[in-house]
Amino acid sequence: MIVQHLMQKKAMLLIPGLLVVGALLIVPIVWLFALSFVSEGRLSLEHYQRMFDDPTYVKSFAVTFQIAGTVTGLTILLGYPLCFWMLRLKPFWRGIALTCILIPFWTSLLVRSYAWLILLQRRGLVNNWLQSLGLTEEPLALMYNVTGTVIGMTHILLPFLVLPLFASMQRIDGDLMRAAAALGATPVFAFWRIFFPLSLPGLTAGGLLVFVLSIGYYVTPQLLGGGTTVMAGQLIQRNVELFSSWGAASAVSLVLLAIVLLLFWVMNRLVPLDHVFRG
Amino acid sequence: MQRFRQDHLDTTENPLAIEVRGITKTYGPATVLDDVSLEIRPGEFMTLLGPSGSGKTTLLNVIAGFVHPDRGRLLIGDEDVTDKPPHRRGIGIVFQSYALFPHMNVAENVAFSLKARRISRAEAGPMVANALSLVKLEGFGERRIDQLSGGQKQRVALARAIVFQPKLILMDEPLSALDKQLREHMQIEIRALHERLGATTIYVTHDQREALTMSNRIAVLNRARIEQLGTPFEIYDTPTSAFVADFIGEAVLAGVSRCDDYSVLLDGRRMMCASKVPIGNDLVLVIRSEKLRLAEAAAENQIPAIVRKRIFQGESHLLFAETANGLTFTVRQPSHVESDGLLPGEGGSANFSLHPAHTVVVRRDPKAEY
Repeated sequence: MIVQHLMQKKAMLLIPGLLVVGALLIVPIVWLFALSFVSEGRLSLEHYQRMFDDPTYVKSFAVTFQIAGTVTGLTILLGYPLCFWMLRLKPFWRGIALTCILIPFWTSLLVRSYAWLILLQRRGLVNNWLQSLGLTEEPLALMYNVTGTVIGMTHILLPFLVLPLFASMQRIDGDLMRAAAALGATPVFAFWRIFFPLSLPGLTAGGLLVFVLSIGYYVTPQLLGGGTTVMAGQLIQRNVELFSSWGAASAVSLVLLAIVLLLFWVMNRLVPLDHVFRG
Repeated sequence: MQRFRQDHLDTTENPLAIEVRGITKTYGPATVLDDVSLEIRPGEFMTLLGPSGSGKTTLLNVIAGFVHPDRGRLLIGDEDVTDKPPHRRGIGIVFQSYALFPHMNVAENVAFSLKARRISRAEAGPMVANALSLVKLEGFGERRIDQLSGGQKQRVALARAIVFQPKLILMDEPLSALDKQLREHMQIEIRALHERLGATTIYVTHDQREALTMSNRIAVLNRARIEQLGTPFEIYDTPTSAFVADFIGEAVLAGVSRCDDYSVLLDGRRMMCASKVPIGNDLVLVIRSEKLRLAEAAAENQIPAIVRKRIFQGESHLLFAETANGLTFTVRQPSHVESDGLLPGEGGSANFSLHPAHTVVVRRDPKAEY
């Protein structure tokens, strides 16, 4: 009796949180969902139809996935060796390395995007160096295109890959690699048979995080893409700001949401993610 | 590849001798191994026994190849392997944490060493089955690691270490995670397995009883050095240092003075010793509780004392005794002594005696904290 009474009281503690989530998350999503099926005051699938018919939409989605895929791939190529290297550092230097990764993480997204703007422009640092080293004749077009967007996003999203990946690598028992060596495995054999498979859940979690965040990215492509690369996030913004078409914007965001959920579902089947997030 | 096959065929018929020559290892200011030398005979079950921090695990890691010594050489068979990486030493190792690969099932774990040696699946199958049956895990091949109990994991780790028929097996406190009953059972089983396989085995433990139970010889390590090397019997009955006497068994070390080569003065009484008393004025007598007997009138080396406390511990009684001069020691008497009506009660006086063969005198350990 007393326990039940307490349980009821404890459940009350959830109410503020539920109210906030309900008012600020559930209600708007439902509202968006409803809006996307309304066009000129009538129920219609027009907004969804447009996504398949209008080539700018198709192109935009293609670019979004292409960029998200490239960024995910690049963060893995950069992040995996980085994590592997950090694992071998003494605790003090490991702390320093992690801080170096986290400092940009704490810096404003906008600041970092503008920083890249300075570095990557025609007469920016990167082009100056490349030319003074004689590697390139002409300044390269490093921004206001897909390249710039990818460079900026890769840098900004790298910590999202590194943190879960490094956490999962740290959980791998060091004795396992020693055991593998003792059993006659060369370092390369031991890496591919033991270490890599065991780091896979962390890699999947990090990669998925980067991919999902990339799909909805807005600030960096807006600044570094210079209007020539239109990702899905910018599509939504244009629909709202330029065309005041809330229905069209809602439809795009819901499709994005559906894709993200689908990705999680598929990944969860391949690599049980609850395992990863449980820690 | 050809060589591995060869190894695998002539199996452990000719196990290897190990020679540790003057190995030194320091980590910063701490010396973990201080000029340690040790010869292990082919086929021997050698235990490295010592408290934590004595260097026993580091020595094992040097032999395994995980730790490179600052000085000294390591020979396995006739080959100097000091600079050889672990994966080319061909040693079977059982880790304290088992270190089973969690993403593989039992059979895949056991087969790992064979796969690393590129032994074909057809050839590996029977070897894995054989190893699993040696550790009594037939039919467990398909089990996942997280479905196993502690004892079963231990057996898988054992099977994985022996499947490629190594001539040398290292075990780092492999039973410390098991409960007492299972541990004692596994001690007997590992010993039987060793007799059957014949491979030279080096076993690390801090459990003296485990060391006594399993080993052909024991190396007692203390503060980065080997304090004493000998058979379990030698280590227990004739410790050569106060540390070994204190670390192994239940003993009180009582200060004595030297009378002559074969006797000492304890608490004003002359005690005869079967072996020669060391020279020095820092001598202690090792009084092992179970070596003391209730004295018959003519017994040598008598110690009259009063029983202060008497505790029943099942198979034996533990008595806390004190002499007239305040020397205290413990006495262990088998339970039947009580039913025989011979056991003195609390407050009662009794004559205890120590046989000259058990009257062992060693020099006090100047750095010890007991």
